[in-house]
Amino acid sequence: MRMALPPLAMIWAMLALAAAVDTAAAADAARGQELYESRCGGCHSLDANRIGPAHRGVYGRKAGLAPNFSYSTAVRNATVVWEEKTLDAWLTNPQALIPGQRMNFRVALPEDRADIIAYLRQQSGK
Amino acid sequence: MAQMINLRRRGLLRGSGITVLSASAVALLAGCEKMAVAQSGNGSTANDVGILNTALALENEAISAYQLGAQSGLLQKPVLEVAVSFQTHHKEHRDALIATIRKLGGTPVPAKSDAEVAQALNASMLKTQTDVLRLAQRLEKGAANAYIGVIPSFGDRGLAQVSARLAADETMHWTVLSQALKDPLPAKALSFGA
Repeated sequence: MRMALPPLAMIWAMLALAAAVDTAAAADAARGQELYESRCGGCHSLDANRIGPAHRGVYGRKAGLAPNFSYSTAVRNATVVWEEKTLDAWLTNPQALIPGQRMNFRVALPEDRADIIAYLRQQSGK
Repeated sequence: MAQMINLRRRGLLRGSGITVLSASAVALLAGCEKMAVAQSGNGSTANDVGILNTALALENEAISAYQLGAQSGLLQKPVLEVAVSFQTHHKEHRDALIATIRKLGGTPVPAKSDAEVAQALNASMLKTQTDVLRLAQRLEKGAANAYIGVIPSFGDRGLAQVSARLAADETMHWTVLSQALKDPLPAKALSFGA
């Protein structure tokens, strides 16, 4: 039987798929909770607006829509929807994603960002 | 909790005021004032002011949290004296941040009321001294990590250094609170920030 893809291309495709699956599977929401509480907890809570907005339900929501939180104009006017890619960019460098925002807090390590995002996703019921 | 407020203690806690820049605030700002003036109008200055205002909101919340703890009647000597001392540190941080924001041409964000902070922090659930210490410990660690996490975002390296100094103070608070709670030492190095 003749393969639709050359063997080498197929191997690369399989490796890419495996890597994507590994990244999603590797994200650890339990570790993300610890990171969230220690890194984000200075300013954020899941259910209360503090220095930053409440986070429950943030995953899948458009930026600037947490009820009763006073956002910067930049975030209020942003068209960003919070999901893995946008949250990763936000936690990497908020100012690069939405110039004029007020957070400026950065999480340097990709695995830490992935775990925090997994926790936020879990707490958003997504 | 409001009924438990000791007015004499409240007066003591509020007495340190914000109108006079403390010696600590002056020392913290040393070296930043010329940079602040020189940077007026710089594009990165607005972002630095934004970071400092977020830090100010964090310090205001910490001051209210310690106020709520001290007024709760749950803290016993010598823990109460330590809490008041830490609150004084946060007031000095606040004063320094306000002074810096103004020097950069910004407007300091106003503090939320203690009642608003109490609701946000679910303070009605605090029933024991340990509960209060756990809340303070959690907030101090969060504050230390917040100050570390914004360091790369400052345009002014002098302000980044100030952020590191503020983080060091919060870490010192966390360490003392952890000792009071008889928590074990962190098993690994580099347990703060990332």
